[in-house]
Amino acid sequence: MVIDATRMKNLGDRFAEGEVRGRSLWADARRRFFRNKAAVGGLVMLALITLLALFGDSLAQWSNEEIDFDVMGQAAQVGQPSIGNGHYFGTDDLGRDLYSRTLQGTRISLMVGIVGSLIAVIVGTLYGAVSGYVGGRTDQILMRTVDILLAVPFMFVVILLLVMFGRSLFMLFFGIGLMSWLNMARIVRGQTLSLKHKEYVEAAQATGVPTFTIILRHIVPNLVGIVAVYATLLVPEMILIESFISFLGLGVQEPLTSLGALISEGARTIYYGTTWQLLWPLAFFVATLFSFFFIGDGLRDALDPKDR
Amino acid sequence: MINYILKRLAVAVPTLLLLIIISFLLMHAAPGGPFTQERQLPAAVLANLEAKYGLDQPLWRQLLSYVWGIVAHFDFGPSFIYKDRTVNEIIAQGFPVTLTYGTVSFVIAILVGVSLGIAAAIRHNTWLDYLAVGVSIGAQVLPNFVMAPLLLLTFTWWLRWLPGGGWEHGRWEYMVMPVIALSTSYMASIARLTRASMLEVLTSNHIRTARAKGLPERKVILRHALKPALLPVLSYLGPAFVAMVTGSVVVDFFFSTGGIGRSFVDSALNRDYAVMLGITILVGALTIFFNLVVDILYGWIDPKIRY
Repeated sequence: MVIDATRMKNLGDRFAEGEVRGRSLWADARRRFFRNKAAVGGLVMLALITLLALFGDSLAQWSNEEIDFDVMGQAAQVGQPSIGNGHYFGTDDLGRDLYSRTLQGTRISLMVGIVGSLIAVIVGTLYGAVSGYVGGRTDQILMRTVDILLAVPFMFVVILLLVMFGRSLFMLFFGIGLMSWLNMARIVRGQTLSLKHKEYVEAAQATGVPTFTIILRHIVPNLVGIVAVYATLLVPEMILIESFISFLGLGVQEPLTSLGALISEGARTIYYGTTWQLLWPLAFFVATLFSFFFIGDGLRDALDPKDR
Repeated sequence: MINYILKRLAVAVPTLLLLIIISFLLMHAAPGGPFTQERQLPAAVLANLEAKYGLDQPLWRQLLSYVWGIVAHFDFGPSFIYKDRTVNEIIAQGFPVTLTYGTVSFVIAILVGVSLGIAAAIRHNTWLDYLAVGVSIGAQVLPNFVMAPLLLLTFTWWLRWLPGGGWEHGRWEYMVMPVIALSTSYMASIARLTRASMLEVLTSNHIRTARAKGLPERKVILRHALKPALLPVLSYLGPAFVAMVTGSVVVDFFFSTGGIGRSFVDSALNRDYAVMLGITILVGALTIFFNLVVDILYGWIDPKIRY
């Protein structure tokens, strides 16, 4: 019997190789996500904007509350962006530094978007999961409530709230949180309905796991994909809503500002030739929204089992 | 079908009532009354005023008479700020304007958005597709309160083609810019939705069958793909129409069209609660009505849906 030397060598090599690591669903998704150039670009852009918003203040020579009396009242003539006088993005007509105001506005806008989205994630996921899993009459009542609330023109209710109880950051978050979770609840419920009859849920029921634990331990983790995608897409929507409220002059109060407030101020003063007042905040705004949209789309493509 | 419509109506009516009650209670929960001013009014004057507007009665009575006024006579009561005008008059003045340019924008947004979405889906991964996606994302992130002044700057200041504001009973040159400003972002959303669902439909089995039996591509698209592809778009239209009416706030501000959005902002800033409430309820009623129409259309288009 002749032993084939090359074959034996191949076999030896194969043993010497480490075990091939299985690719989990998440690893696959991650790989798909990072292959998507637009999504990665969005992620990088968002990281840069966040870093600048958080730490860019240390580069500023003027705080967002200071007034440069040399520029005040003649922004169109001397307020343009310049490195020399420390107003990198120029000033507004009151002589306030646009650089630090833009950074501060970006912080608020990001915060509004993320808080609104977080509320949606927490409330919407639990509500939808409970409604879908428990089913029956509970489901009927819970979902009818959502339907009714969806019919209320929430943009108006938010404005109503802000006017009646005074403008404050809390009221803004409350109002935006009030409307952000509704669609999330519906989406999550739909997904839960299809998860409910999976074998592992049946197994959990058979071994007597309490209902709420099943929801938390077996349903919610399997919702992560769809929730993550929707939450990412919700952030720009929340930012847009806040910017609209700010446009009405009902958003955050001075000296605090948000990108929406800055943009609407810039849009109103554009006839005086202070284009930088519109362009800088708008650039941050558009870049932020684009990033979130691209990341959301990338996530959806990455987590969607059907390869588009 | 009739049964289905009646069932949807049975849900819509209590929804509307609930909306009225919530808004009304919200108004009353707010700190300070409509006559709270910097300078305190004499007690007797205040009492007279409250008696005139019925504010001295218990809350449930006020609520009842408010709801009754709306249900029975379509009467939203008097404005708290403008002594000689009722909420009805204010709405009657602004609403037709808003409805006109809102409807025009709505129709244009649907026509252009759906065509753009279908074109992008059919020419998937070509320059046309990329262009459509790029334009629609761009339009979505550009808020209409930026669009409006940019339009004004271009068409009125530089090119001098269009009047900068006013309404003039809806002459077309006064309508162009409001409609563009209002419709673009919804057009973009509709295009994205149409494209996504069209792409999905085009890979489904019945389309393969239609192609396999040798139907011309045009027929495959129009006859077999369009209807199922438009379903998700349809459910977006209800909220979109209402959002256009809401969005009129911006249009009225920049183009002085005098629609209902202007009245709403004014009333919000003046704390004219009666007008705010009236407009909120009106928009809510529109939302409910449109969702009803969309639901009925849904039941008509999609034979699978039966309640």
